[in-house]
Amino acid sequence: MNSITSANLSGMQAGAQAHVEKRGPAKCIMTVEDLNAWYNNRSAIQDINMCIGSQSITALIGPSGCGKSTFIRCLNRMHEVAEGGRVSGRVLVEGNDIYAPGIDPVSIRRRIGMVFQKASVFPTMSIFGNVASGISLTRFWSRRKDMQDKVEMSLKKAALWEEVKDKLDQPGASLSGGQQQRLCIARAIAIEPEIILMDEPCSALDPISTLKIEELMLELKREYTVVIVTHNMQQAARVSDWTGFMLLGQLIEYAPTKEVFTVPRDKRTEDYITGRFG
Amino acid sequence: MKEQKVYLRRKVLNRAMLVLCGCAAAIIIVFLVLILGYTLFKGISYLSLDLITQSSKPVGEIGGGMRDDIYGTLILVGLASVIALPVGLMAGIFLAEFAGPKSASTIRFAADILAGVPSIIVGVFAYAILVRPLHSYSALSAGVALAIIMIPVVARTAEESLRLVPNSQREAALALGISRWRMTLGVVVPGAVTGIVTGIMLAVARIAGETAPLIFTALGSAFGVQGLMEPIGALPLQIYRYALSPYSDWQQQAWAAAFLLITLVLGINVVVRLVSSRKTGK
Repeated sequence: MNSITSANLSGMQAGAQAHVEKRGPAKCIMTVEDLNAWYNNRSAIQDINMCIGSQSITALIGPSGCGKSTFIRCLNRMHEVAEGGRVSGRVLVEGNDIYAPGIDPVSIRRRIGMVFQKASVFPTMSIFGNVASGISLTRFWSRRKDMQDKVEMSLKKAALWEEVKDKLDQPGASLSGGQQQRLCIARAIAIEPEIILMDEPCSALDPISTLKIEELMLELKREYTVVIVTHNMQQAARVSDWTGFMLLGQLIEYAPTKEVFTVPRDKRTEDYITGRFG
Repeated sequence: MKEQKVYLRRKVLNRAMLVLCGCAAAIIIVFLVLILGYTLFKGISYLSLDLITQSSKPVGEIGGGMRDDIYGTLILVGLASVIALPVGLMAGIFLAEFAGPKSASTIRFAADILAGVPSIIVGVFAYAILVRPLHSYSALSAGVALAIIMIPVVARTAEESLRLVPNSQREAALALGISRWRMTLGVVVPGAVTGIVTGIMLAVARIAGETAPLIFTALGSAFGVQGLMEPIGALPLQIYRYALSPYSDWQQQAWAAAFLLITLVLGINVVVRLVSSRKTGK
């Protein structure tokens, strides 16, 4: 499962500029090369190189402000939507750079979905409408019948169908916090992306909803690739296959989750994991 | 002993200022009640179904109503809305969603200034650009004048309502691969609809009572509604004419029509308040 793809072992020095040994899962669905991102002139992330394994869960951990949210937004071209957002580098999905000139960001976002920390259900739409919005607002016109199957399938995959199947026409905002987040996940799944990015999806939820969503993630990875940003280390340890530790905009360590949490190679990783800072 | 005197003086001063402020606030209500009450009192004898159903009689004949002028007001408000709503809404959407910071502040500034231009100047402007070249007073020119007054109001309230829609919804829509304009029309605007409608109704209430621009553009008509390119009567205009006339019959009708106009404007404002407080109270 692990493969060391470049021999850079001699460059590792604890405490100095991180010279990350290029390791990654065997089957990469997304490769990040020399990614840098700025907010106006302030650098947010520097020289990230990473390979994200297909049909697995990749977690990104790190203290607040380390750039993990910025990084994940670069993966589906959402960073450039922010005020003053600028990106350089390449993100290859199946060999094609999503930042190549001439590529339409809208089409990228249909293949790489995103779920945010704050469950932003569209309040003017019903539950059905919310899940279908990715389809109804991207096609010229759509009939309810055609979308019915997709909506049902997405809600089932998001483990929400049983709870809402009798009230599909009620406003989306009438659900509880955990249900709303699962609704957002169903909404993201409905457009059938290949990769699902999650930016701290559980940080606003209670432990029971969090557990439900973690179980959901483990189910989702059978069909999709999931990348999750979390400030909850235990969550990363529970669900992810590979974990990346970021600090001050750099990727310090990237290894199989078990290794990161038991035998981290970088001292800073070890300090973070054992709670000495962050 | 000295502290007692200081304390007493402070209490008295406090109480005096409180009473003064309370009176000032009460004056607002007093004026409103006075206006409503007085116009009702003066016009009650002429408040009848005739006012709304009959057209105005020639000079000298008693009776008649303001039906044509009520139609005229409705037509002018409708015409102004047809022009001002698309322009104002699209401008508001542009300001809230697509304008860069510099152009946004310039446009906003221009809109605020336009909103502050005295309505009589707008009337004179419409006279110069439409009435003179077309050699005729017309409903069209009046509609345009009222639209110019309406546009900045609609644009600013639309912009404010759109800004209240949280950014998280825009992001969520973009992350679904929805294009920018569909996100704006399908997610953001529906979310701001209550505020936008409120703004529209308040703008309508405002122009329903505007008289000065109509003097230069609509002129008034003794022959009912003749067409868009012909002069047209309107309620506030007719009130103005009748009030200044030497005929007591006309003056009485003017009072009654004034009461009608005030209740119309008041009614729109009250409905707007009720609806929006119900929404926020939920």
